Amino acid sequence: MVKLNMVKALNLALLQEMERDPDVLVLGEDVGVDGGVFRVTEDLHRTFGGKRVIDSPLAEAAIVGTAVGMALYGLKPVCEIQFSGFAFQCFHQIENHAARYRQRTQGRFHCQMVVRMPYGGGVRALEHHSESEEQFYAHVPGLKLVVPSGPRNARALLVSAIRDPDPVIFFEAKALYHAHKEEVPEETEALPIGQARVAQEGRDLTLIAYGAMLRVALEAAEVLRAEDGVGAEVIDLLTLSPLDRETLVASVAKTGRAVVVHEAPRSFGPGAEIAASIMEGAFLALEAPIRRVAAVDVPWVGFAREKASVPDVSRVVAVARETLAF
Amino acid sequence: MPRTSLDLRLSVDHLSILDGDGTLDTALEPDIPAGDLKRMYRTMVLGRRLDERMVRLQRQGRIGTFAPIKGQEASQIGAVATLRREDWMVPSFRETAAMLWRGWPIEQILAFFAGRLEGGRPAPDQRDLPITIPVSTQLPHAVGLAYAAQYRGDDAVVMAFFGDGATSEGDFHEAMNFAGVWHVPVVFVCQNNQWAISVPIKKQTHSRTLAQKALAYGFPGIQVDGNDILAVYAASREAVLRAQAGEGPTLIECVTYRLGVHTTADDPTKYRSEAEVREWERKDPLTRFGAYLEKKTLLEPGLDEELDALIARAVTVFEALPPADPLTMFEHAYGELPAPLRAERREMAERLARAAPDPTAAEPLPPPPMRGQRKTSRWSN
Repeated sequence: MVKLNMVKALNLALLQEMERDPDVLVLGEDVGVDGGVFRVTEDLHRTFGGKRVIDSPLAEAAIVGTAVGMALYGLKPVCEIQFSGFAFQCFHQIENHAARYRQRTQGRFHCQMVVRMPYGGGVRALEHHSESEEQFYAHVPGLKLVVPSGPRNARALLVSAIRDPDPVIFFEAKALYHAHKEEVPEETEALPIGQARVAQEGRDLTLIAYGAMLRVALEAAEVLRAEDGVGAEVIDLLTLSPLDRETLVASVAKTGRAVVVHEAPRSFGPGAEIAASIMEGAFLALEAPIRRVAAVDVPWVGFAREKASVPDVSRVVAVARETLAF
Repeated sequence: MPRTSLDLRLSVDHLSILDGDGTLDTALEPDIPAGDLKRMYRTMVLGRRLDERMVRLQRQGRIGTFAPIKGQEASQIGAVATLRREDWMVPSFRETAAMLWRGWPIEQILAFFAGRLEGGRPAPDQRDLPITIPVSTQLPHAVGLAYAAQYRGDDAVVMAFFGDGATSEGDFHEAMNFAGVWHVPVVFVCQNNQWAISVPIKKQTHSRTLAQKALAYGFPGIQVDGNDILAVYAASREAVLRAQAGEGPTLIECVTYRLGVHTTADDPTKYRSEAEVREWERKDPLTRFGAYLEKKTLLEPGLDEELDALIARAVTVFEALPPADPLTMFEHAYGELPAPLRAERREMAERLARAAPDPTAAEPLPPPPMRGQRKTSRWSN
């Protein structure tokens, strides 16, 4: 075991997968000599050289587009998009091609590739550097969307993403990169994609979160326990697509109440799909409407006002109390 | 600090070997074996005949919308004929002739345009990408394939097709830039057919040629008479050999013309003159190459009839395909079907089973022809 923050844990996953499989390579802006603007690819260039750790020209569409070509050839590229806010310049390559190649060619080709991108607020950054836009990828058939919540699961999920035969969009919460360290085993560890985790058990209410919002949900659960004597179950989704409906439904069948927390804007966000899935699976168990605590539906507000929009502990506690009192 | 001119030594050649009047520049004439010349002509004619047949099939509602190639046969065949089987072909959506050369069965092409994905599936050992529709987005894939070939130490070359309109797209420029920086074995073949649906080339770019765009990315570009198959072949051969020798990418601009509609949903009389079309019909690549072969006594008698029979057989095979099974839509969505999709599949299977027709009921009537479609005797073929 070593104690690592999320940046180092992700770096370990890349290092070990590249050592294990010569078909795995890394490409993106500043991922080589510089080691990535968040240092996730640090030292990989020194270890594996410029042919495997490619400092690409500054062009998101070609980073993903050439990775599609590499994947069609049989390589396993891991792209880094510097910030998820810039991924709209490669969204067409992801949606039109990476996600569809297996179906389009009826299995003759597929895209085993990962597109990593930092997302989310709380880092006092400019526009396009702190948005949460995971809903776009969750909506695209053919993709998988993974959002780890801490160093250990980030490392284990990145290993699985690299080994997964389908394109995986890998969202890394910037706010978590250096937030805390965790014990991470030195030998490779993988976590199944598509499986949520019960982060904390409880009987009275289910809080559902992922990425940086997991910590918010856990802290809200602690407030509810200490101040209200309420036992909140907290689910860490880890994968948004495919969604682990079973874990969600089983939890709400037990608690009868659910609050979904996410940083993406509310409308048509992951919370809507989660709420619908719970309704379909646990309708008769519900004691209250499922609530969403999400960013407000306005264009990016600037980090001076970000706190009012992005969910925090007090908002989650307030909504949870309304749900419990319904 | 004087202001000086940078001597970039940039130039673009235009290559023509067999001109519209049939005049041959014997010094530039490529040495192509007789068997290859015959196969090239044969595939061009097959492309033309299939194109004409497909327009009729579309008008009859037997296949969906497609993009005819008429007029562009030399640009396609001259280019792909320089590839080996282990090289890669990356098409856009108007490369039927190139696909025929690369071995795509006719019935499969028909199935593709009848909305069946199995028609777009390359054979297991075939190094062709499927038809790509969003303009220019296949070009980064070609560069990625070439990078991968180089990475693995294979000497495969990648040839990518696109049109004049594609040169306005960002993906074209990004792909060219990456190809230049990475110095990968790619041949970019631009079929400049003068029209991107209704927009003529002069509204597409202010550049004098499309070939010169390569120069900005640090590799050669050449413009060729795209209706002169010998010129297309010679330029492509040079580019493929350069790529094989590790000398990087090349852009070839084939100046040609789309004699037909953009797609079967298009009416070109709205945006271009009949006189212009007539003028290009006089430069028909088939006529020119046919005359060249005639002089070499390489024309095969009865070729049209033979190819028509081949097409007719393929149409029969295509029309005898069993109905598309809806449940197969789940098979290739993911490597392994995720749980939510397993549930959707189950739901569909139940829905289809409930809606299954009673096998004892009378044969349903064929659907009436769609509006504007001719009902011909072929309907019952």
